[in-house]
Amino acid sequence: MSKLVLERVWKSFGDRDVLAQVDLAVAEHEVVALIGASGSGKSTLLRCVNLLEPVDDGRVLLDGVDISEPGRDVDAVRRRIGIVFQAFNLFPHLDVLGNVTLGPRRVLGFARRDAEARATELLARFGLADKASDYPDRLSGGQQQRVAIVRALAMDPELLLLDEITSALDPELVGEVLDVVRELKAGGMTMLIATHEMAFARSIADRVCFLDDGRICEEGPPAQVLDAPRHPRTQQFLQRVLRREDDTRP
Amino acid sequence: MTEPSDPGRAPDPEAIRPQRPAGPTHRALAERAQRRRSAVIAGVSTVVVFGALAAIVVRAPGWGQVRRAFFSWDDFRASLGDIAPAFMLNVRIFLIAEVLILVVALAVAVARSSRSPVLFPVRVLATVYVDLLRGIPIILLIFLLGFGVPALRLDGVTNEPVVWATVALVLSYSAYVSEVFRAGIDSVHESQRAAARSLGLTEGKALRFVVLPQAVRRVIPPLLNDFIALQKETALVGLLGPIEAARQAQIYSSKTFNFTSYLAAAVIFVALTVPLTRFTDWLVSRRRDRVSAGRLA
Repeated sequence: MSKLVLERVWKSFGDRDVLAQVDLAVAEHEVVALIGASGSGKSTLLRCVNLLEPVDDGRVLLDGVDISEPGRDVDAVRRRIGIVFQAFNLFPHLDVLGNVTLGPRRVLGFARRDAEARATELLARFGLADKASDYPDRLSGGQQQRVAIVRALAMDPELLLLDEITSALDPELVGEVLDVVRELKAGGMTMLIATHEMAFARSIADRVCFLDDGRICEEGPPAQVLDAPRHPRTQQFLQRVLRREDDTRP
Repeated sequence: MTEPSDPGRAPDPEAIRPQRPAGPTHRALAERAQRRRSAVIAGVSTVVVFGALAAIVVRAPGWGQVRRAFFSWDDFRASLGDIAPAFMLNVRIFLIAEVLILVVALAVAVARSSRSPVLFPVRVLATVYVDLLRGIPIILLIFLLGFGVPALRLDGVTNEPVVWATVALVLSYSAYVSEVFRAGIDSVHESQRAAARSLGLTEGKALRFVVLPQAVRRVIPPLLNDFIALQKETALVGLLGPIEAARQAQIYSSKTFNFTSYLAAAVIFVALTVPLTRFTDWLVSRRRDRVSAGRLA
């Protein structure tokens, strides 16, 4: 059974349909990359999955249960779904350990000591052990984003949503963050990833979905969608993006 | 003329990094001279301005009388002995009011910032409260409560004027301070709330653990500013009869027909507000330094 299913999901802001009848399924342990131009609806799709945005029509199913139903306990759903944002959104008034333990302590009810022990372990796993007592403003962008990933992982999520997590980073910091995502894939994490990094999508995704103007235009294995796109919109998009990547290549 | 460098030559990796010469830089020297010049100008202009002001006051036709009535050293010393103990009442009112204001104002701000439909009536109430209480002059509120409530002759309710004057201060200032808190809450970016909610924190917990700690930190300087104002307003309590510093000064002056006691009271108030003002300025400038250094989210 699929971990996550979107069924004919509609979402509009004003009279703009940001998601127009989107169907998508993510299997357990699968990594799905969402690609598409800015404004194509990638972020909105992710925000709809963890209910930061309510869907207008259609259903979102987690383990076969409709989580998008009005009146559902959104906090219980979000506990099971982690999200990492483009702009990190770390809590500036808390140190790294405070950021990572906030969820476990205040949502899962862990005692401070237990939460900190688990957090320390996770931070060590991602090379952040010596940053535990630093405040976010002392960290590089790459370190902040890794902390944000660890913060999401500390809730032991069944599904992880990554929303353009490298877009706000200097190019030389992108690698360390993507390495973390690769490690998560190796560990079997189910992930839905919105990304601008085509090379990364190719190397990590089991499946790539191309979003265009709120619709999934084309989806399939990376080799097929990225190397032999069938839809003219996909071809256009990839041409633009890949040419740009060539331009920036030294 | 130097030889044109060979365009095909690669930079020499062994080349030594240029060393900065010892001693102050050209710019440091120029800035030092500039500072010296500024200090001289500031000194001269201060002497001129204050000298002129003093000359105008001292040469005024009534200066002799004013000096005797307002600047009598003997009266200053004598009245200070009466006023200083009375000032302890101002300090007590101030300290108690401050704590109550923080609690009430925060509660009102949170109520006004809430989005829950259940709390709609509370939100309306809080809004009406803030609108009304900010519009009523404190002096009127003190009279209304100080004379009105005791006139009701309610059982078990104190008639103590100090209490009702303090309540009036708390009600009035809480309305202002709640707006300060609310501005702080609004200044915390929506993405912080989103990050907190996405971890599964409820609206209330997101507010308590993520939004409020950041909001309160940001509004500490304007909050202290309001408390400096409150320190002075405690003098209004004397209008109902309790003998605090300003009232004591008035009593002294009506006995001796000398106004120096008012000056003495003013000095005492200033002695308390100035340190707090300096402290607030220091906080603000420290915060500005942090912001300009780009280290504050």
